[in-house]
Amino acid sequence: MKKLEPFLAHLVVLIFVAFALYPVLWVLSVALSGAGLASHGGVIPIPHGVTLDNARAVVGVGKPGGVELFARQLTSSIVVSLGTAIVGVVIATPAAYALARFQFFGARAAERGLLATQMFPAVASAVPLYLILDALHLLDTRLGLVLVYASTAVPFAIFQLRGSFQTIPVDLEEAAMVDGATRFQAFVRVVLPAARPAIAVTALFCFMAAWNEFILAATLLSRESAFTLPVVLQRYVGEHDAAWGPFAAGAILVSAPVMIFFYIVQKQLVAGLTAGGVKG
Amino acid sequence: MKWLLFLFLFLTSCEDLDARTVVLWHAYRGDEEKALEQVARDFEKAHPGVRVEMLAVPFEAYLSKLESAAPRGHGPDVFIDAHTRLGAYRQAKVTAEIPADVVDASAYDASTMDAVGKYGVPLSDKCVALYVNDALLPDPPKTLDALEHAKLPAGVFPLAYEADVAYYHAPLLAAFGGRVLGDDGSFAFDSEAGVLSLQRLQKMSREHVIPEEPNGPLVTQLFVSGKAASVINGPWLRADLGTSLRYHVVPLPAVEGAGQMRPLLSVEAAMLTPHGSKNALATDFLRYLASREAALTLATIGHQVVARNDAWTEPSIANDAPLVAFHEAAKNAIATPVSARMQSAWVPTDEAIRKTLRGGDPRAALAESHRRFDDAVKPPPPPASPAPALVVLGLLLLFASWRIVQNTRIAEIRSSMPAYKYTAHAIVIVGVLVVLPLLAGAATSLFAGTRDDFRYVGFANYVAILTARGGALLGHGSFWLTLLVTVLWTVLNVAAHVSIGLLLGVILSRPVMRLRGVYRAALVLPWAVPSYVTALAWKGMFHRQFGAVNALLSTVGVEPISWFSRFSTSLTANVTTNVWLGFPFMMVVTLGALTSINKEVLEAAEVDGCTRWQRFWRVTLPLLRPALLPAVVLGAIWTFNMFNVVFLVSGGEPDGSTDILVSDAYRWAFTRDAQYGYAAAYAVLIFGLLWLMTRASAKISAEST
Repeated sequence: MKKLEPFLAHLVVLIFVAFALYPVLWVLSVALSGAGLASHGGVIPIPHGVTLDNARAVVGVGKPGGVELFARQLTSSIVVSLGTAIVGVVIATPAAYALARFQFFGARAAERGLLATQMFPAVASAVPLYLILDALHLLDTRLGLVLVYASTAVPFAIFQLRGSFQTIPVDLEEAAMVDGATRFQAFVRVVLPAARPAIAVTALFCFMAAWNEFILAATLLSRESAFTLPVVLQRYVGEHDAAWGPFAAGAILVSAPVMIFFYIVQKQLVAGLTAGGVKG
Repeated sequence: MKWLLFLFLFLTSCEDLDARTVVLWHAYRGDEEKALEQVARDFEKAHPGVRVEMLAVPFEAYLSKLESAAPRGHGPDVFIDAHTRLGAYRQAKVTAEIPADVVDASAYDASTMDAVGKYGVPLSDKCVALYVNDALLPDPPKTLDALEHAKLPAGVFPLAYEADVAYYHAPLLAAFGGRVLGDDGSFAFDSEAGVLSLQRLQKMSREHVIPEEPNGPLVTQLFVSGKAASVINGPWLRADLGTSLRYHVVPLPAVEGAGQMRPLLSVEAAMLTPHGSKNALATDFLRYLASREAALTLATIGHQVVARNDAWTEPSIANDAPLVAFHEAAKNAIATPVSARMQSAWVPTDEAIRKTLRGGDPRAALAESHRRFDDAVKPPPPPASPAPALVVLGLLLLFASWRIVQNTRIAEIRSSMPAYKYTAHAIVIVGVLVVLPLLAGAATSLFAGTRDDFRYVGFANYVAILTARGGALLGHGSFWLTLLVTVLWTVLNVAAHVSIGLLLGVILSRPVMRLRGVYRAALVLPWAVPSYVTALAWKGMFHRQFGAVNALLSTVGVEPISWFSRFSTSLTANVTTNVWLGFPFMMVVTLGALTSINKEVLEAAEVDGCTRWQRFWRVTLPLLRPALLPAVVLGAIWTFNMFNVVFLVSGGEPDGSTDILVSDAYRWAFTRDAQYGYAAAYAVLIFGLLWLMTRASAKISAEST
C-alpha cells in the first residue's frame, strides 16, 4: 500500500491535469487554425492548417502602429493589475490585522458589512460608480480603475488575510514587543513575513480580479491606448459574428503573463512550506 | 518608495484633448475599422487643424458606456450604431436631432430614411442573404424546396444557418407573411404565419436539411469545409471565407406555397449626441460622412453595403459581385422595428423557435411566448407615494441609532482608536467605491419603468417578484422555482470546488511529490485563461453533433446526448464548466492555508498511530478551518451570483429552466427593455437571502463547535 501511494497521487493529479488542460487545448487549436476554421468534431483537438496569423492579428502585426498600440495596452493591463494587487494588499493587510488581533467597537459590524458587499449582485451599480469616479475626477484614469478593482477585491482579501493572521501565534509579536518594538513594527517585521503565503494568494486574487475584467474597464476608460487587454479581446466579438481565431489566440496570449505571475507567487507558497517560518 | 510615485504618475497620466476635435465612437473592427479611419483622415485633410479622435468600443459594452457617458457630456460627439437601438438611445437621451441640411434624403431609399428618421446619417445596410458553394450547387436553387432536394454528396447539409435565433428565423417568417413585432407593438409572431414558419423549420430539422444546434462558428466552419452547400449569413461572413473557396451570394430563396424569404434590415448610421450637437465640427464631420466620397471609401476599403444609392454607379463597387448581391438583398429586406419593445421580443421569439426545434408543438410554444412577452412589457405599476418607504427607512434609522446608542460606550471607542488607525482607509475606500454604488443600486429597486419613464413605485417590484407576477408560485421563471435551482446549483458547485481543491491542495503540498511545480502551474490554467473564452469552448464541447464530450462518450458506446434539451443534462453542463473554472482557486487557497499549519502537530499525530484518513479529518481539516472558511463562504456567495457561466454555456436552456436568480435579474435589465428597477429588486432579494443564509450557517457552526 505504501508503495502504491505515490503512484496513486500522481494518477489523481494527472486526471485533473487532463481535465484542466483539455478545454484549453480546444481554445489553442482554434487559435492556431486558419480563418473560419474553428475546431469541431472529434476527440482530439487538432488545429486546421497550423498558422500564427491569429496571434499576429491580435498583437497588431500588419497594422500601422498596431504593435506599438498592443504593447501600450499590454503595459496598461499589467500596470492596472499589478496596481490592483499592490493597492488591494496594502489596504487589506492592516485592516485584516486589526480584525484578527484587536477587540474593537464595530469590529463585528465591519466584518458583516464586508461580507454583505459580496452578496449584492452588481446589476445596477455601474452608473453610480461612473458618477462617483466622475465626481472624484478619476474617470478615464488608470488610478480610478485600480481603485475600483481594488475596492471590490478588498473584502475577500481582508477575510483571507484575517484567517491567516489568526493562525499565526500571538507569542511572536508579543516577544517582539517585549524586545521594544511598537505594535506596528511587530506587525510589519514579524507578522507580515510569517503571513507571506497568504499575502501571495491574496495578491494573486486581486491581480486576477483586474486582469480579466472588461465591462468596467471599457466603461470607465476612454482612450484606446489605456484599454486593458480584455477590452481589446472583446472587440473581436461583434453584434452578428465573432472572429473566433483572434479571440482564442488573444485568450491564450492573455493568460501567459498570469502564468508567469502565478509561478512567482507559487514560489512563495513553497517558501512558506519549506522554510517553516511559522513555528510556535 | 520612488517607484510607487512613478506608478501613481503613470496611473493618473491623461492627455489633454485638443479643442478642435471630433470624438467618434464605433464598434467596427478589421476592414470596416480601416475604412472608417480612412474617412476620418480624409476629413482631417479637408479641414486642417481638426482632429477626429476615434475610439473602438467592444459591442458588449457599447450601450452601457454610451448610457453612462453621453448624458454627462463625456461621451463622443458622433457615434455609429445600428438603427435598431435608436429607440433605446432616444429613451436614454443620448441622441440629438441631426440638422436637416446634413442628409440629402433623395440619395437614399425611403425605407432607409424611415429607419433612421431625424436621428441618423445612414451609412450602410446589414442583412442576410444566401451564400452558395459553387462546386456543390453550380445552379443556385430559387426555392427552398429545390434547395432541400438538391443532389449532394453524403454528409453535406443542403443549408446551414443559426435557425434557433430570431434574427435568422425572421426571413422564413416573412415568407409566410408574418412578423415578430406588430406595428402596434404587439407580439405578432404568435400568428398563423408564425405557426407555418415553425412547422416548416421543424420539417427541415427533422429531415436533416439543416444541422442541429447550429451556432455561428459551426455554420461558418460547415460552409468553409464544404459540409454545407449553402448558408444564410450576412456580409460579415466574407472575412472568414478566404480566397480558396468559390462561392456566390444570391437572394434568399422563395418558399413554395408562400412568398420570398425576406431578411431583417439594420441600417448602420452615424448618430449625434446632445453634447456633439453643440460642436459645429461634429456637424461638419457628419456632412462628410453623408457624402458620396465617404460612401465610396466605406464600400471599397470596408466592403460595406453602403446606403447611398449613387455610390453604386462607381465601377469598382458595381463589379464587387457579393457586395452588389447584398445591396439587392437589402432592397428586399424589412427594416427591424426601432421600437424599444423589440428588445423584449427577441428572447420570447428564440424560446418558441427552440421549443419547436426540440419537437414541441408550434402553436403551444407561440402562445406561451406571447404570454411571456405580454408579461415582460406590462406597463409599470402606478406611481406610489414615497411615504411608506420613508416611514420604513425612518424606523430602520431609528432602530439603528437606538442600537448604536445602546451599545456605544465612549470608553470603548476610545480604546478602539488604535484599531481604527489600521482600518480607516479600508472603510473609506470600500464605503465610497463599493457600498455607495450598491446603496444607489438598492434604491433603484423602488422605481419602475424604462429609461424615459422612470417612476417611484414603492415596493411594487418586490410584490410582483415574490408573487411570481400573479402566476403559479412554482411556475416557469418564478422567483421561487429559480431560487430552488440556484440553491441546487450552488450546493453542487461548492461541494465539488471544495473537495477537489482540498484533495489537490493536500496532495500537491507533500514535499515528497515530484513535479509539484509543473502540476500546480498546469492546474491553475482554468483560472488563468479568460472565462468568457473558455466557457464558450465548453459550450462547443457540449454540442450534440460535433461536441468533444459526446465524441468521448461515444468511444465507450454512449449514445450522443442532447445536453441542452433537458434540465438535468443542461445543469450538468453548467456545473461541469463552473467546477472546471473554480477548483483552481480553492486549490490555491488550500495550498496557502496548508503552509501555516504546524508540521509538528501532524507529525505527532502520525507518531500516535493515526491513519492518513484520521489525520486529515481530525487534525488537518480543523487546523485549515479558519483560513479556509472565508474562501468557502465567499465561494458559495460568488457561485450563487455566478451568472457568466449560466449565460454563456446553457443560456438558461431548456426554456430558461437552468437560469439562476442573478441571470434572471440580468434578463430584466438587459433583454427586457432595461427594467433596471425590477432587476435591482431581484438584486436586493438575492442580498437578503444570502444574508439570512450566512447568518443561519454562522449560528449553526457556532453551536457545533
